[in-house]
Amino acid sequence: MDLTLKIWRQANAQAKGKMVDYKVSNISPDSSFFEMLDILNQQIIEKGDDPVAFDHDCREGICGTCSLYINGRPHGPESGITTCQLHMRRFKDGDTIFVEPWRAKAFPIIKDLIVNRGAFDEIIQAGGYVSIGTGGTPDANAIPIPKYDSDKAMDAAACIGCGACVATCKNASAMLFVAAKVSQFAYLPQGKVEAKRRVQAMVAKMDELGFGNCSNTYACEQECPKEISVSNIAKMNREFLSAKLCGQTQE
Amino acid sequence: MTKLNSKVPEGPLAQKWTKYIEEQKLVNPSNKRKLDIIVVGTGLAGGSAAASFGEAGYNVKSFCYQDSPRRAHSIAAQGGINAAKNYPNDGDSIYRLFYDTIKGGDYRSREANVYRLATVSNNIIDQCVAQGVPFAREYGGLLSTRSFGGAQVSRTFYARGQTGQQLLLGAYSALSRQIKAGTVKMYTRRDVLDIVVIDGRARGIIVRNLVTGEIERHSAHAVVLATGGYANAFFLSTNAMGSNVTPAWSAYKKGAFFANPCYMQIHPTCIPVHGDFQSKLTLMSESLRNDGRIWVPKNIEDAEKVRKGQLKANDIKEDDRDYYLERRYPAFGNLVPRDVASRAAKERCDAGYGVGTGFAVFLDFKDPIKRLGKDVIEARYGNLFQMYEKIVDDNPYETPMMIYPASHYVMGGLWVDYELMSTIQGMYVLGEANFSDHGANRLGASALMQGLADGYFVIPNTIANYLADQIHVPRFTGKEIEFDEAQNAVQARLDKLMNIKGSQSVDEFHKKLGKIMWNYVGMARTAESLKIALEEIPKLRAEFWKDVKVTGNQQEYNPELEKANRVVDFLELGELIARDALHREESCGGHFREEHQTENGEAKRNDADFMYVGAWEYKGEDNPPELHKEPLIYENIEVKIRNYK
Amino acid sequence: MSNSIVHYASITKKITMSIIGLFLAIFLLIHLSINLLLLSSDGGKSFAAAADFMGTNIFIQIFEKVLFLAFILHILLGIFLWWYNQSARPIKYVKPNVSTTSSGSKFMIHTGVIVFIFLILHFLNFYLVKIGVVNVPEGAASQHDFYTMAQMLFGNVFYSVVYIISFIALGIHLNHAIQSGFQSLGLEHSKYTNFIKGLSTVYAILIVIGFSIIPIYFLIAA
Repeated sequence: MDLTLKIWRQANAQAKGKMVDYKVSNISPDSSFFEMLDILNQQIIEKGDDPVAFDHDCREGICGTCSLYINGRPHGPESGITTCQLHMRRFKDGDTIFVEPWRAKAFPIIKDLIVNRGAFDEIIQAGGYVSIGTGGTPDANAIPIPKYDSDKAMDAAACIGCGACVATCKNASAMLFVAAKVSQFAYLPQGKVEAKRRVQAMVAKMDELGFGNCSNTYACEQECPKEISVSNIAKMNREFLSAKLCGQTQE
Repeated sequence: MTKLNSKVPEGPLAQKWTKYIEEQKLVNPSNKRKLDIIVVGTGLAGGSAAASFGEAGYNVKSFCYQDSPRRAHSIAAQGGINAAKNYPNDGDSIYRLFYDTIKGGDYRSREANVYRLATVSNNIIDQCVAQGVPFAREYGGLLSTRSFGGAQVSRTFYARGQTGQQLLLGAYSALSRQIKAGTVKMYTRRDVLDIVVIDGRARGIIVRNLVTGEIERHSAHAVVLATGGYANAFFLSTNAMGSNVTPAWSAYKKGAFFANPCYMQIHPTCIPVHGDFQSKLTLMSESLRNDGRIWVPKNIEDAEKVRKGQLKANDIKEDDRDYYLERRYPAFGNLVPRDVASRAAKERCDAGYGVGTGFAVFLDFKDPIKRLGKDVIEARYGNLFQMYEKIVDDNPYETPMMIYPASHYVMGGLWVDYELMSTIQGMYVLGEANFSDHGANRLGASALMQGLADGYFVIPNTIANYLADQIHVPRFTGKEIEFDEAQNAVQARLDKLMNIKGSQSVDEFHKKLGKIMWNYVGMARTAESLKIALEEIPKLRAEFWKDVKVTGNQQEYNPELEKANRVVDFLELGELIARDALHREESCGGHFREEHQTENGEAKRNDADFMYVGAWEYKGEDNPPELHKEPLIYENIEVKIRNYK
Repeated sequence: MSNSIVHYASITKKITMSIIGLFLAIFLLIHLSINLLLLSSDGGKSFAAAADFMGTNIFIQIFEKVLFLAFILHILLGIFLWWYNQSARPIKYVKPNVSTTSSGSKFMIHTGVIVFIFLILHFLNFYLVKIGVVNVPEGAASQHDFYTMAQMLFGNVFYSVVYIISFIALGIHLNHAIQSGFQSLGLEHSKYTNFIKGLSTVYAILIVIGFSIIPIYFLIAA
């Protein structure tokens, strides 16, 4: 396959970036999108130029490191996968492919296609945990949890923190990410104890970091590589409302 | 040989750990604040250790090369985590888990460590459930378990096919809580390039900030390495792209012994290599072998036609298929352990019967679909089939899958004693980075158990025993001469890499190394092949230092420089792996020497001469490393031959 | 103002927006039911009676003030959220987003603006006439003779087209808004979500058709 790539290049956080055109040829349809970029980078290195920087690590769709906004969609044209699982057979010979970084005020660019998603860590630090230390925990079977709740919690917990929800949201909102965590704990008895404090703290942090509001466009659900449902957002809204109406004031 | 003191406590096996805890020295809470600990790596071991230290009140600095501690490669583990809970009432016990792990490790691990692992396994499950890890449950609301390779009981707890992810996110959440509390300071996107040793004790690290390129110094009273495995020495592996040996290798060069580097686990069910540009191999759960049947064409002509695309798998008649695992191992069939299955696949492909690119075998679900129906197979393996289809673009319900073994996990690592301390005082090694618990072969669902056992339950106790003596040692400033020296050395190496300005990219060298490793130090080794490797690797290394091309500059985000710096260490490690493999004149677990096999092609151990841990001491660039032996003594277990026929 | 709005959590704003929105949606239904009386063949008698009731009942008078307040809040909050959300992505994508989204959800501000413009027109034509700010148009008996005023306006093809377009915009707005309001309030359950989405669409269509047949009726009658 021969392809034209239009890739966002930006030397560092301060520099001004621009789209740069590249051509790659003889790409096997069986190669992954990143392998195609590897080939491109090999070409660039041979010329002595700076290769395109992009985030990637496990290359099997679970670590959440990879990003890339490909032809107007985070993680490219196929649903339910990350960019590292995208294969070139999804494109046609002669295609022009736009590759851009995640765009959000809360995700500043580090270089080229790499953004800083530290904001997600900060949100988790605000309350995305059960406040227990190591040891002294009751037997794992001491509290039965209905399978339905446990499965729902697992659905939400599948989030890999890649940021596709923010990238695709017209408001760069992080609601699906935050909701997934809030919802996971809201389904489990272990998380209920501090549920009211958690949801308020995490939402406050999310707002503080400059993510937009949720407009319920549900684009996030469409683009989530783990297909996390927006029903988690409704659940978080519910949790939030109940925390505000009948929770204790925050410390 | 006197150098290796495993510090295993006296007393009966089952009481060693309790006795240790009862007798260890403790650090007063007000003193903990004055003590700094560096933790490198945020996977299951490192993340849980840093969180536990923070909770205890130490002042912790945590480092990872990823952009977030949540992304460590522990996240990719699929299957599950073992624990001796005996919830299903099927006769499991701590002793049985201990026994299975020792046997699975082909009698090459330390009894006391493994027993402790089995003991704390139960606490791990309790801990994780309390953290909100959504393990699979039965309708009654209690935890569900499943059985896994190498065990006759059902003791594996799991969270769908994402157990590693859920456990890691549990540790990450505990870590996040400590970061918020201010006890842990998190440093992401940092590569640890050297360990600083002052008066024989680990006191700090030199790191490169991957975003700015700045070289930073960090000091502490103790350093904990939880940096994972080094399967990426093979270039193609199931490890993450960034997984590297650099921190462990720096420690080795600063005096930590490297134990059993030749024990590598090759996983039998990976998606085969499809081309030269391939960057990474994808693992598919071993559970596929429960129903799938593995075969290659019986006639070499058919295999050739299949490779050329002239013949389809489904067109090969039943009589012309060779179900070689069922043929060779009638009792276990397709369910033989990982090492056995991997070697058998290699044997067939090397003999010319491989399909696909020649390095693949069929995994066929035609019979089980006929027997059980497509629905049942879909319920069992639907997500795996889907994953396969996405990658390969082939429908496994209709045409057989193709699989091939890939390097996956390393049992070897830095030598540690019972306290998980390396031969450098005050430097601890946890998880896959150490050598301790899996012997020569790791059983499925045991890696997660070990990582969390080390991080949550072992190291918080053992490190106190060391730090209790350190309360009078004032904080280090990072201005000590040893820091200067280490930083200068790191800087010199980076400068050197940048200045070669050769003609080949880093990846080209890494791929070449991978080929050498796979061909000569891979699944089946011979003295001859290992000697070739021992010649080829130094040659490649010399070529690397002459001709590598690293673009960009140091003071910026530079992935090429990162890779180059990692490959440097793989190029040295590869040689040590080959050297260790050559010295170990036996076959055991993940180390198979073709000279040492039974008439039926099974691994033949040599307990008389090799029942020891081989720990290598670095002796400088120009000298061969020195081997130290820690004898393995089995007092509570009868040493037998592993038999899966 | 903006500072105090910023102070409230994003979800609080969303919840406020949805409560007001759902309130306005209920009002629309009442308005529609009265408007449909225009179609009765009694020369506007029943319509006049209803209008008279709406104009004099004390409860309705209070309700009217609440309604104004709701409109103002809904509009201001909508504009604020739009502005705030724009700022969450200061640099836009080169390639516009092509993700599948809930229909109309990306155009809430646009359809909202169209409806707002219509609202101004509507005020000029009716409410401001009623309260005497704008002169009674020629032909109408009094400032309360809404039947004649409507008859005259709808006789104008241009006005009728503008009217229908505005309601189509409102329909698009509502189609997303109703179910979105439920979602924001956390009123979501796998059993009922599809019903609510369906209801949202049915309601939107009802509003568009219900309001649009009135000018069509008058055009044909004229």
